[in-house]
Parts: sequence; C-alpha cells; structure tokens
Amino acid sequence: MAAPSELHAPAAAPAPPPALEADGLRRAFGPRRAVDGVSFALAPGECLALFGPNGAGKTTTLRMLAGLLSPTAGEARVDGRPIAKDEAVRARVGLISHHAMLYAALTAQENVAFAARLYGVADPEGAARASLERMRVLERADTPVRRLSRGLQQRVSIARAMVHDPRVVLLDEPFTGLDDAGARALTGALTTLKAAGAALVLVTHNLVEGLALATRVAVMRDGAFVLDRPRAAVEDVAFAAEYRALFGVG
Amino acid sequence: MTAPAASPPLAVPGVLATAWLVARKDLLIEFRTRSAFLAAVVFALIAVVIFRFSSDPTAVAPIDLAPGVLWVIFVFSGLLGLHRSFGVEHADRAMDGLLAAPVSREALFLGKALANLAFVAAVQIVAIPAVALFYDLPVGGGVLLGILLVAALAAVGLVAVGTLFSAMTGNTRLAELLLPMLALPFFVPVVTPAAMATARLLAGRPMAEMAGLLRMLGAFDVIFVVACTLAFPFTLED
Repeated sequence: MAAPSELHAPAAAPAPPPALEADGLRRAFGPRRAVDGVSFALAPGECLALFGPNGAGKTTTLRMLAGLLSPTAGEARVDGRPIAKDEAVRARVGLISHHAMLYAALTAQENVAFAARLYGVADPEGAARASLERMRVLERADTPVRRLSRGLQQRVSIARAMVHDPRVVLLDEPFTGLDDAGARALTGALTTLKAAGAALVLVTHNLVEGLALATRVAVMRDGAFVLDRPRAAVEDVAFAAEYRALFGVG
Repeated sequence: MTAPAASPPLAVPGVLATAWLVARKDLLIEFRTRSAFLAAVVFALIAVVIFRFSSDPTAVAPIDLAPGVLWVIFVFSGLLGLHRSFGVEHADRAMDGLLAAPVSREALFLGKALANLAFVAAVQIVAIPAVALFYDLPVGGGVLLGILLVAALAAVGLVAVGTLFSAMTGNTRLAELLLPMLALPFFVPVVTPAAMATARLLAGRPMAEMAGLLRMLGAFDVIFVVACTLAFPFTLED
C-alpha cells in the first residue's frame, strides 16, 4: 500500500505531445515504396533539415505531414492530433513549396487575404499586409501575381503560408528563386518563428541553408532516413564530405 | 513576427462560408480574365447561327429544332467553363494551398460548383435570347420563365457532375478530351428531360404535362449534388 504522502501527492502533469510527429510513415505508389517507415518527433522551436537526392522521398514525406497525401501506413500528428483525420489541426500548419501556389490573376494582397480568410484569421486584410511586409514585398501588394518576377512570387507565397502564424511550418525547397534580400527575409522570418516556438521541417538540397536553421539534421535515401542527428553533433565540413560520399553531390 | 502561442484564436470558416470564399475567388478570377466566359459566349453565338442556317426551315420547323440546339449549346459551352474550373487550381499547384487549409474538401467542392453554376447561368442568359431571336420562339406568356426554371434545374445537375469530373481530369495532360468523355454520359439523364420540357413549353402545352419531367430533374439534381460532393475528396489523392 502506498504511503499517505504518496496518495496525496499531486499527479505529475503528462508531458505535452511533440509539436510535430511522424510515426512510421509509409507511402507506396503501386509497387514502389516512396516512403518506407519514417519516424521522428519535433518539439516546439526545433527545426529538422531534411536532405537527400531527388526521388529519396522527401517531398512525399512533407506532403503526408501537411495532410495532402494519405499515408499507406503510419500517422502524422500535430500537437498529438492526427492531421489526416482532423482537418481543424491543419490550421496550425503552414506549407511552403517551390511551387508558388498562387492565383496569377489575383493581386499579392488578394492571394494572401484569401488564405487568411480560409484559415479564419481575425483581420484578413491587415494580416495579409503584415505578412507581405515581413517578406518585404508590401510595395507590390496591389500587383497581379502574374506580373511579379519568380522571386517576388515566392516571397508572396511565403507570406501566404505564414499569414496565420503557424505552429508547424513545412518547407520544400523554399529558397528556390529567391534573391539575397528574399532569402534573408525568409531566414529572418523562420528564425523568429522558431524562437517563438514553431517547429520547422526544411527540405532542401542546399546544405548551407539547411544547416544554418537546423537543430536536427536527417538524410533520406530510398524512402528512409539513413542519417538522423542533432545539429550539435554535425560538423559542417565533415557532414558535407559525408554527404558527398553518400550521393556524390553537395 | 507574432509568436504562434500568442496569436489570436483562428475562427475557421464553416462549410457555407468556405464555399462562398472559394466561389467568390473563382468568380473574381473569371471577371479579371474573362477568358472562359468570352470563349463560351462566342461558341454559343456561333453555334446558334450555324445550326439556324444549316437546316431547311421548310423541311423542319425552327421551333422543333430549337430545344435540341439550346441544350447542345448549354452542354458544350458549359464544358468550356468546367474545364477551366480546376485548371486555375493546378496552374501553380494552388490546389495544394486549398487542400492544406483547415476546411473540408466537401466545402471546397461546393464552392467550385457554386462558381461554375454562376458561369453556366451567365452563358444561359446570353444563349437563351439568342436562340429565341434566331428561331423566332414564342417566349411570352410565361414560356420564358418556364425555360429559365428548366435551365436552372438542369444547370445544377450538369454543374455537379461537371465539377467532379473537372477535378478528376484537371491535372491530366488529356483534360480537354477526358472531361467531355467522362461527363457527357452523366449529362444524359439531365439533358433529356430538360430538352423534352423545353419542347413542351415551346409547343404551348400546359405546365401539368411538365410536372413529371421537372420532378425528374429535381431528383437527379439531389442525387448528383449529394453523390458528387461525397465523391470529391476521393478524386484528390495522388
């Protein structure tokens, strides 16, 4: 029998669930296994940099984490809630891709405000302006997207993805098309989000950009993690050499 | 940037609010570009003229041809808009942005269908007077209202089926070919009673003779809207 002091002791609060968790994610397209058992968990403020060659399964993994693709097996969870079955939890996620995901006939402001309304942001027009300002593209807010350069479109796309202040940000080659100013604006926005407790997954081929933001580093090949280490355990030059040895690039 | 934890709570829109947001966005895009609408209207007007002058009015009375012509024009001009419906979503993978949002797939479908319904209605508003003019139709005395009722009922079913197949084919290289191939057979149960009801209206038959056809149109509308809304999420997987 437990001692009286133990009976009256307050129960320890359960540990909060990870901000983002991949639990045995698998995805097959016909006979081909694009993702084969990917598992990881990110606490608030962590950033996983995910490297790997083309066809390794990085984008497929990201699409499952965003709820765009159903896993063949396993589950992706945000704050402990399954993203595939719980559409409300998608409000906590922001998705940035090398595709702009914008409507060419609408202005930058209209695109971002439309996203803000879909996410239920309280002041969609104001939030859209603030998000465009963060990405240093507010002066082109009233320009139709089709008239913007590729780099400016990418900045608007990032503003669209961050307009609802997501807790989890999924990034698939987000630096594609950005000039130095755009890349700095994105890095600054991601650093601030991370400091504020957002969890990030950054898929990239660029080792320098990935390592700059990462708190954890993973490499995928043939649908599975072949390397998964804390950032502190990764030495830049040695990692680049190891990566080149694995894939002949980097 | 605002800290995620300190952000004001999000009030995610419900099904009808989401559908309205999507429809308004689609209509704004169409208003800006006018590409599909102009193409559909030009097609409708050219088809009216060709059909009118390619038949011998002494062999077949224009009033007997008019219902068929009207519905052929509605179907094919509507397909032009339906094809574009998901084309704008796939152009730069804007569809991913929609699907990543915390709104139901069914609401997205209803929004796309609502915009398509407005598109088809706008084309009908141009095509019906054109057919009435070229075929010298007796559209007074409630006939025009009857035709508008039939057109509205039929448009709901056509748009539901067309929107679903537009979603299925929009991301394929053969979308222009696949959409009519898949959708046209499903249009038959809607177009047939609509054309029959139009013919009876133009012949001046009493409304009681059309009640069964209107009920049939209404029933197909309900079936197609419900079935297509429920089927839509399954068309989105890679």
